[in-house]
Amino acid sequence: MMKTISAIGGAAALALSAAVVTADPVDDTLILNEELELVTRTTAPAHVEELDEVLSGWLFRGTETRAMQADDFDNPGMIFVEKALEAWDTAEGSEGKSCASCHDAAETMAGVRPVYPKWNEAAGEVRTLEMQVNDCRTSRMGAEAWKYAGGDMVNMIALLSSVSRGLPVNVAIDGPVQSMWEQGKELYYTRTGQLELSCANCHEENNGNMIRADHLSQGQINGFPVYRLKNTKLNAVHSRFKGCIRDTRAETYSPGSPEFVALELYVGSRGNGLSVEGPSVRN
Amino acid sequence: MASGVKPRVKVPKTAAAGDVVTIKTLISHKMESGQRKDDDGNIIPRSIINRFTCDFNGKNVIDVTMEPAISTNPYFEFEAIVPEAGDFKFTWYDDDGSVYEESKTIKIG
Amino acid sequence: MKLTRRHALVMGAGAALANCITLPAFASLGDDAIAAFTGGAEVGDTGITLTAPAIAENGNTVPVSVDAPGAAEIMVLAMGNPTPAVGTFKFGELAGSQAASTRIRLAGTQDVVAIAKMADGTFVKASSNVKVTIGGCGG
Repeated sequence: MMKTISAIGGAAALALSAAVVTADPVDDTLILNEELELVTRTTAPAHVEELDEVLSGWLFRGTETRAMQADDFDNPGMIFVEKALEAWDTAEGSEGKSCASCHDAAETMAGVRPVYPKWNEAAGEVRTLEMQVNDCRTSRMGAEAWKYAGGDMVNMIALLSSVSRGLPVNVAIDGPVQSMWEQGKELYYTRTGQLELSCANCHEENNGNMIRADHLSQGQINGFPVYRLKNTKLNAVHSRFKGCIRDTRAETYSPGSPEFVALELYVGSRGNGLSVEGPSVRN
Repeated sequence: MASGVKPRVKVPKTAAAGDVVTIKTLISHKMESGQRKDDDGNIIPRSIINRFTCDFNGKNVIDVTMEPAISTNPYFEFEAIVPEAGDFKFTWYDDDGSVYEESKTIKIG
Repeated sequence: MKLTRRHALVMGAGAALANCITLPAFASLGDDAIAAFTGGAEVGDTGITLTAPAIAENGNTVPVSVDAPGAAEIMVLAMGNPTPAVGTFKFGELAGSQAASTRIRLAGTQDVVAIAKMADGTFVKASSNVKVTIGGCGG
């Protein structure tokens, strides 16, 4: 059995390192609705030592997929933003409040998405935007928490992302979040599963190469939630992490787990400077 | 009615009489093809939107027969002549008998 | 439609069979549909444009456009799908053009065909091969 496993690992390593077909990112500019230019390529933050530039996954997609994201009507992810807008105005729970009761229009949330995950002083923890939404639901609205990566939640995160599109991702990495950020970095560089692959093996060392028939991007998460052509729905970032780790043939962590919160904090910070794009369109 | 079906249409608010305008439509729908099996190996029954129409002031613009090979969240883009002010009416027909309607007013100016 | 890798492989294999081995009953489904549409009339190859990507990133959502000035209706077929019919666009008196775009499902690499019935009753056809990439990260 051990022999089989190492053979698979070897084959995977070979497939990655000997990739002859390149899938270089395109030279293109993402202009949303013919008016808002987004940053899809910028100088890497100082804490991302192995990369010179950070690139949005948008640059690794085909012409038709890129075009689909550039127009809010063509982007099927915006259907779910509209659904979340209805939820935004709907009172729920024992307090009879909706999101709008405290926050007014959803547009007032511009600037929130780019800084998450972030430290919550009162709770003494690093919070993702999902955790914050559920805190609002349970402690302010008296409503039930949403499932971490369920439909209602991913729609709401898409709404909160959509109003911050064009703003630069700006996740803090120091101060009280630093230890969790280090934990996330550790996870990023740790090989997992029978294929013995870390996040870095694919997305840092081999972005721009093919993995089987698909392009490997830098694995940036500035575009989440993403509408994937594959499953024709919005996908939460922790669901994507889970899929990636499963693809290494490892037992995965769960959406909302402390490990994934740490990984989101680290991976999010690797995209500091890129524009928030969610909901984006990917394969 | 299939759950969570939501039509979206994009039509200019104004046009000059006789103008040709571009219209886009998108409706959230699974478009279950009838080709898939569930986890127990049973065929998931077909459940799609099978027809889409667009009319302007009672006159037809386009009438589309839709098969299961139309993607989830069906999208259409086409052009219409706007001879006068009036209303576009969009109608989607579901296999289950549901009819989803949307209308948009366009002004001349 | 959630297209799992396993389904995709099975469907892809079906498409490959249809394309390469030419099982008569299977491969003629699309031709049958064309014959039913045209009534066996001669089919020209000018005056219709079919726009489809040479390589589709995902067979689940492939953008296609058809344009046939003067057409009464345009039928679109995915010749390698288990059921080739995709849709038929009938243009009414207020159509601004005889053109339309949509997004379609392709079970694998195959030819997409658009065939227009012109206002005078003649037919024209265009075809485009679309390669569907399968196999990457399941996520």
